[in-house]
Amino acid sequence: MTDPSAAGAPLLTIRDLNIEFEVDKVWIPAVRGIDLDLAAGEVLALVGESGSGKSTLAMAIPGLLADNARLTGSIRLTGAELAGADEATLTEVRGSRVGVVFQEPMTAFNPVYTIGWQIIEAIQMHRDVSADDARARAVELLDLVDMPEPAKRMDYYPHQLSGGQRQRAMIAQALACDPALLIADEPTTALDVTVQAEILDLLRDLRTRVDAGILLITHDLGVVADIADRIVVMKDGAVVESGSSATLFSDPQQPYTRLLLASVPHLGSGKLSVAESAPPPEPTPPVPALSLRDATVEFKSGPRSTFRAVDAVTLEVGASEVVGLVGESGSGKSTLGKAAVGLVQLTSGSVHLAGIDITRLSQRGLRGPRAKVGVVFQDPGSSLNPRWPVGQAIAEPIALHTELTAAQRTARVDELLEQVQLSRSLRNRYPHQLSGGQRQRIGIARALALNPALVIADEPTSALDVSVQARVLRLLRELQAQHGFACLFISHNLAVVEELSDRIAVMRSGRLVESGPTESVLNSPTEDYTARLIAAVPVPDPQDQARRRELRLARAASE
Amino acid sequence: MGDPIERLQNSRLDAEGDEVAALVGQSSVWRDAWRYLRTNPLFLIGLAIMLVIIAMALLPALFARGIDPTDCDLSLSRQTPSAAHWFGMDLQGCDYYANVIHGARNSVMIGLISVIGVLIIGVLVGALAGYFGGWADSLLARITDVFFGIPLFLGALILLTVTATRSVWTVSLALIVFGWMTAMRLVRSSVVSIRENDYVLAAQALGASSGRILFRHILPNAVAPVFVYATIAVGTFISAEAALTYLGIGLQAPEISWGLQINVAQSLIGSSPHLLFFPALFLSVTVLGFILLGDALRDALDPKRR
Amino acid sequence: MTRFIIRRLLLTIPVLIGASLLIYAMVYALPGDPVRALAGDRPLSASVQAQIRADYNLDDSFPVQYGKYLWGLLHGDFGKDFSGRPVLETISQRLPVTVKLTIVAVVFETLFGITAGILASLRRNSFFDNLVLISTTMLVSIPVFVLGFLAQFVFGFKLGWFPIAGITDGWFSYLLPGLVLASLSMAYVARLTRSAMLDSFSADYVRTARAKGVGRTRIVLRHVFRNSLIPIVTFIGADIGSLLGGAIVTESVFNLPGLGRAIFDAVRSQQGPVVVGIVTMMVFFYIFFNLVADVLYAVIDPRIRYG
Repeated sequence: MTDPSAAGAPLLTIRDLNIEFEVDKVWIPAVRGIDLDLAAGEVLALVGESGSGKSTLAMAIPGLLADNARLTGSIRLTGAELAGADEATLTEVRGSRVGVVFQEPMTAFNPVYTIGWQIIEAIQMHRDVSADDARARAVELLDLVDMPEPAKRMDYYPHQLSGGQRQRAMIAQALACDPALLIADEPTTALDVTVQAEILDLLRDLRTRVDAGILLITHDLGVVADIADRIVVMKDGAVVESGSSATLFSDPQQPYTRLLLASVPHLGSGKLSVAESAPPPEPTPPVPALSLRDATVEFKSGPRSTFRAVDAVTLEVGASEVVGLVGESGSGKSTLGKAAVGLVQLTSGSVHLAGIDITRLSQRGLRGPRAKVGVVFQDPGSSLNPRWPVGQAIAEPIALHTELTAAQRTARVDELLEQVQLSRSLRNRYPHQLSGGQRQRIGIARALALNPALVIADEPTSALDVSVQARVLRLLRELQAQHGFACLFISHNLAVVEELSDRIAVMRSGRLVESGPTESVLNSPTEDYTARLIAAVPVPDPQDQARRRELRLARAASE
Repeated sequence: MGDPIERLQNSRLDAEGDEVAALVGQSSVWRDAWRYLRTNPLFLIGLAIMLVIIAMALLPALFARGIDPTDCDLSLSRQTPSAAHWFGMDLQGCDYYANVIHGARNSVMIGLISVIGVLIIGVLVGALAGYFGGWADSLLARITDVFFGIPLFLGALILLTVTATRSVWTVSLALIVFGWMTAMRLVRSSVVSIRENDYVLAAQALGASSGRILFRHILPNAVAPVFVYATIAVGTFISAEAALTYLGIGLQAPEISWGLQINVAQSLIGSSPHLLFFPALFLSVTVLGFILLGDALRDALDPKRR
Repeated sequence: MTRFIIRRLLLTIPVLIGASLLIYAMVYALPGDPVRALAGDRPLSASVQAQIRADYNLDDSFPVQYGKYLWGLLHGDFGKDFSGRPVLETISQRLPVTVKLTIVAVVFETLFGITAGILASLRRNSFFDNLVLISTTMLVSIPVFVLGFLAQFVFGFKLGWFPIAGITDGWFSYLLPGLVLASLSMAYVARLTRSAMLDSFSADYVRTARAKGVGRTRIVLRHVFRNSLIPIVTFIGADIGSLLGGAIVTESVFNLPGLGRAIFDAVRSQQGPVVVGIVTMMVFFYIFFNLVADVLYAVIDPRIRYG
């Protein structure tokens, strides 16, 4: 219906937009001098890291900023000026000419009403239709977004739907009154990668069925490569570079754009290369650092039922080897990581750390083996005690397991800080005074405090910005090469895992689906699920991604 | 009569985890809070009231200008306020000002003892239930439910009915026995949400003992919400004691208590309103002080304010 | 939904038993002579004491004692006063008054408290908001009995708008006492409503509703208030306990012949068993109303219903 490459009539025109927020009587700029154009039928991606102002810019269009914001400049949507418009005008525009899809569908829906009710509300706000007609239209919309059994789902509450279904419902709600502009704010960030692929397919499909222009806000360059026609890169509230998808990816002009593109893990680009300085290999094959045999973990999920988080998994991590454990949410990968350190009890099977059977050891018995394992956690916000200076957090393992004096401990902490490329002066800072990347480095320093033979990293970079993530991953890779510790690297992100791992293990619903050397698993997976998982990961290269997409859809059609 | 608002906030035991977690997050929370508080008029008023009342409790003779509250002359009964006797005379002809001042001591003592008792039990039981979970938690939850089934006032009423001696200690005990549950739920809720933080997991992975984790990691971060509750609870308990004493089931004569004074004054409200006015005023202002303090603290520690 | 109700009911039974056990243990199992404790200063002859011991099975072992007590409770035996009159009689005579008083109080609490809270939250930091905050803080500080006297004196005696005491004017005589009784709870409900509403204003689903073009009034009533209802209902249910306690004082001040007044009189005349009996009944009511509130909570929050 709409040819995306045709120059459609300009739908959205933003000129010299400035947005400031008042905090403690000071006005802080969030968006500076932005010019932007979006045509009908086009997908424009606003890309940036946290603090870039992309979300602020998008929310300013329908006038959804907080009360302490003020803006100057012009926002014209289909000819009408929205900047500074009064509340009545904006209320009329919202929903009927602008639809918004938010990031977290669970909280974006009102939990006490059915999704049918909420979609009908969206319709009745702007259309004078009877209740029956509104209901019929709502079912139609759910069908449009490929919701299974749409009429039945109308009466479901948000918490009764899966994440993907909720997002579909949110899209249906946003499209209720045929808006000219659809704003999608990180619509797939909270979803698993396979579900993400489906939602992206849906969005792309909608472009042909519906006349809306789509403004997509995201930090994920893979998603951008998959779906965007044009891209605007933002940093610190200003536009760094903009252009068509093809030119931006192939020939980025600005240093920041180049940095972003270089930082994104690109599936298929192999392991990160660093100077290898590992100790020479042992003459006799050493004991594996971690060995799980038929490990099963069950939890009680009610008075009579149990839930199997981990189901008969057999996995080994050799000394000095990096194994990437990959899976979507609910796959059990985190539980497995915890079981490896005795944080979770195995229901059956065995766990060996460097040859020692820790399956049934008491907390006291575990102390010895645990001294040789370091753990890095995902959330830099909660992995450090907020009331302890970070130096103390790093020193805790030393204090617990060795007899070093305070002076010796401090010396060791300084040594570790240097290894993670942080200044010694940070030793007495508190976590909230450090950035996410710095906090994560502290977490790594703590994990390395006792020269562990095994490091378990549970999504260590998932909460970090792309450029920060790249640096932390590189650090991990260098440290691993330098010290030669074994590493179990847990992540949902295949591309990230590829950068570090010698071998990859794929988990799904508690079971180990496939494992093997990284290259062979990624290039010639033996299992169907693995293949689908790999196919669903969007790569930050439009042509490459288009090709992968065709292949994926062809495979799905033929099944 | 108990503080149901606190009870409500923690009746959905884990739902408030996020708020609590946010509340206990930052280490500069106290410094930030202090900066906010020291210019906050309501906090300063509450603090002033609290300090004055505590001083009154510690040094009643000083505030009473050395007048002996038991030095009575029946012929001066029910005299209205005058220059010599600022609050007039009570039914027995004793200086009312001195009596009202001395009444502060019992009230403050009961308030503080009750709160300390409630905190000790609440923190102990709540931390154990929250940290260890499992059957211990379920058992403790059932026990807490049973105690919650008996409202503070009614429970204290029964306990005091069957107690022979009614002293500051027995009254405090009655309030503690039926008032510890809210603190327990607050602490439990805090501990449960903090337990989910990765730094606790990290300490466990390092092999730290449960005791060490509880004392060095969890409890220091869990303190803030209980602190707010404790401050307001002092006021609540003082009010409850006054009500119990007024009913005749709390402190007894010859103890000096505002509740007793109000009890006597109620039938004389028409003829000698000053007998009701002064103790009622002091009682209300005292409770007000603690509530202002607690409210200001809650606002100061509120993460959403930042 | 029925499964939820049944589950809740099953959970309530141990609480009922536990509470009655707790009360019983307090009265009859603590060191000292329970008969003496219940009688206070009242002199009792040896034969009367022996009679009481027999009536309450005090010479049996504790489990048997308690078992018989529980059995008696289930059959309406809430004890007897020292002249042999069953407490149940007092309860059934006095209950209607207390019920009416509590109903009036709950109506006031809900109506005024919620309305004030909603309006305050809508006009944050305005004069009205500050007025609500200050007045509720003060109401919470003034003890119920003082408030009772003041109200009685000012509105009853001086202004003559309301009857000073008694129930001779039908429902009208419950208005002032009900208002006094509700005062503390009303203040809490207003503040709770205000803060629950303010919290909900910043919720994600409100942003979504705005993005759909929903008008402000509708957002406040159908989205924000509807979600705020959940903590409010929970609170009101839990608060009935303090209303029951407050009824004791309020009924005494306004001379309403209800259960509260009966307790007051019994304390005065040292009729220990009567106090224990009536309070036990009140506790049962309270636990029952908590159950009702829980069910109401499930009705309002579908996450609980279809959890």
